[in-house]
Amino acid sequence: MKTTSRKKVRRNIGGNKAPLKTVRGLPTNLSGLIASDAVRLIDLTQTLSPEFPTIALPPEMGQCRPFRMEEISRYDERGPGWYWNNVSFGEHSGTHFDAPIHWISGRDLPNNSVDTLPIKHFIAPANVIDCSKDATADADFLLTVGHVKAWEKRHGRIAAGSWVLMRTDWSKRKEPVAYQNFDETGQHTPGPDPECVRFLVQERDVLGFGTETIGTDAGQAAHFAPPYPCHYYMHGAGKYGLQCLCNLDRLPATEALIVAAPLKILKGSGSPLRVFAIAPAGRNDDSSGGA
Amino acid sequence: MSQAVKRPKQKNPMLRTRQPTLPPAARSRVALGLTAAAARGRLELQVCLDCAVVQYPPREICRACLSHRLAWRPQSGRGELISETTLRNAQELFFRERLPWRVGNVRLDAGVNVMAFLHEKVAAAPCRVHVEAALDRAGQAVLLAVPEQGRPLLSDDPQLRETTCDPRARKILVTDGKSAIGQAVTRALAAAGADLIWIGEAEPWKKAAGSEALHELPQAVPIALDVTDGRSVRELAGEIGGKVDILVNTNNCHRAFSIAARRGVETAQLEMDVNYFGLLRLAQEFAPVLKARAADGTASAIAWVNVLSIFALANYPPHGTYSASQAAALSLSHALRAELGATGVRVINLFPGPIDDEWDQLEMPPKLSPASLASAVVEALKGSVEDVYPGDVAQDWLARHLDNPKALERELREEGR
Repeated sequence: MKTTSRKKVRRNIGGNKAPLKTVRGLPTNLSGLIASDAVRLIDLTQTLSPEFPTIALPPEMGQCRPFRMEEISRYDERGPGWYWNNVSFGEHSGTHFDAPIHWISGRDLPNNSVDTLPIKHFIAPANVIDCSKDATADADFLLTVGHVKAWEKRHGRIAAGSWVLMRTDWSKRKEPVAYQNFDETGQHTPGPDPECVRFLVQERDVLGFGTETIGTDAGQAAHFAPPYPCHYYMHGAGKYGLQCLCNLDRLPATEALIVAAPLKILKGSGSPLRVFAIAPAGRNDDSSGGA
Repeated sequence: MSQAVKRPKQKNPMLRTRQPTLPPAARSRVALGLTAAAARGRLELQVCLDCAVVQYPPREICRACLSHRLAWRPQSGRGELISETTLRNAQELFFRERLPWRVGNVRLDAGVNVMAFLHEKVAAAPCRVHVEAALDRAGQAVLLAVPEQGRPLLSDDPQLRETTCDPRARKILVTDGKSAIGQAVTRALAAAGADLIWIGEAEPWKKAAGSEALHELPQAVPIALDVTDGRSVRELAGEIGGKVDILVNTNNCHRAFSIAARRGVETAQLEMDVNYFGLLRLAQEFAPVLKARAADGTASAIAWVNVLSIFALANYPPHGTYSASQAAALSLSHALRAELGATGVRVINLFPGPIDDEWDQLEMPPKLSPASLASAVVEALKGSVEDVYPGDVAQDWLARHLDNPKALERELREEGR
């Protein structure tokens, strides 16, 4: 698909079936759009549960608290007519959003915490780069500039202000051991290489980078230069991260809008959130997004 | 090795599960001195500090000189069985269910006569015997006589077995089977004849050295258990709670920080979540089912073991927040003991000093090996105790604590330990 046709689709997200009336580009019947068959909504969120793995650091370091739930009452003597829970979790547990303040490189940027981010960033287009075959073959697979440029030849140039989502099908690893994939040398999960992150930040000015794995960086990224390049470069430039996403295999390579609005936590560095995509209907699970 | 206990037949589900009965538990406050010593596996009797006469039964003033200065002192227990009888009738339900019951009158070399339960290996009176203090199912001290030479196992005697929690033929849950201590405890229990050992494993993606080899043990059954997750504990209790005879709580989150060495409370919360709330979650889910099975045949629910730390007695400032979590767990264990004790399920606490592991790396020896600690767990179950202080450091701390807790606090401030 060429860049021009992609732009056309962007203006008319409903696709060809049901052209929408627009006023200065905005559909007049936005609610009707969601209810219609013109678009489909895709949940990209893992269920927050106590069993879902959290990032693992050496035990003497501070730890991200896993999701936990304690009952307040369940139609019992503690509250006869109602059921509710107290929950606790680290900001970076489950499917979650990383704000620039998360990393030391982004600590002095303006509006760098989840309570101050521009709300318009919470809805943005997605470019989905399918690395599932590579990641299946090599758990330490790294996305490079070459892969991204090859993808752009097929799907068009990555637009400024859009998400780049790295599809690896890692979320299909339902067993926590396979999902985390640790051995005695640490974690082995795919991610971007440092040069690729720099390219996406400096040459493409993306909104952020999203993955299906526990972090936006590769499992071995502690040994890269700089360590954790996706965190370092993205957050240093005011970009965001999304991790522990799922259902990326159900997204088209382009044309989907991502809704990702983190909780408004005072000085929060990130938060678990419900992430979903709005994609044109009539396009089945797209496997044509390969790099 | 105990020959008396074989793997019991599977339970007949048509029959009502028997309800536990307890031996008479009432004791005067002064008589609880006997229990206090028995809880640590010692026979102590009162000795007059003025005239050195040994006293029995416990009393307020000396039977010889009327001095009130009586102090509990360890006794050898050696003596002569001078007469015996076998009870064939009893009003107390506990004894009524267990008759006949052999008791004897022993003249201790220390100069007092005591009534003692007789081990079946004790010959007919008169003969030399060794009197020990044990805890009965009510948790109170009773005196037992065993042959003076060649001490038999208490669990070889069908009546006195009930003063123990012998792991033979029992089904046991080791709540953390990944730690070095949990692994050593599992191996020791298997060697002691446990029928089945569930080994709890949290965060399966964090592999623990030795886990795979442990899974090879024929008795070992790995199961998912994270004591920081109420749902995990609840689901496991639903799955296996009705079969657990002994629960060994090996969960222990040890982070070696003083107050000043760690900013914030996150690490202290983790310690508290595992060491205190973990015990509470386990207790809420497993104690009810243990209580319900406290008289369920020869392999009934019988014991709950907590592997605590000697830092529970007095705060070790370099590990200040960990010590506090241990103190909290110790306090809660007393509540658990009160609740389980009503049905005869015993709560045993172990208070080891520094362990030879990564968190006590900077502590000076002597340090307790996980295998030694595991042996102490098994010995505690085979014996008749509630509180165990394994190793030299624990014994030293205990002695100083009993002598003068304030002095120990000041010493720990100055010297570490």
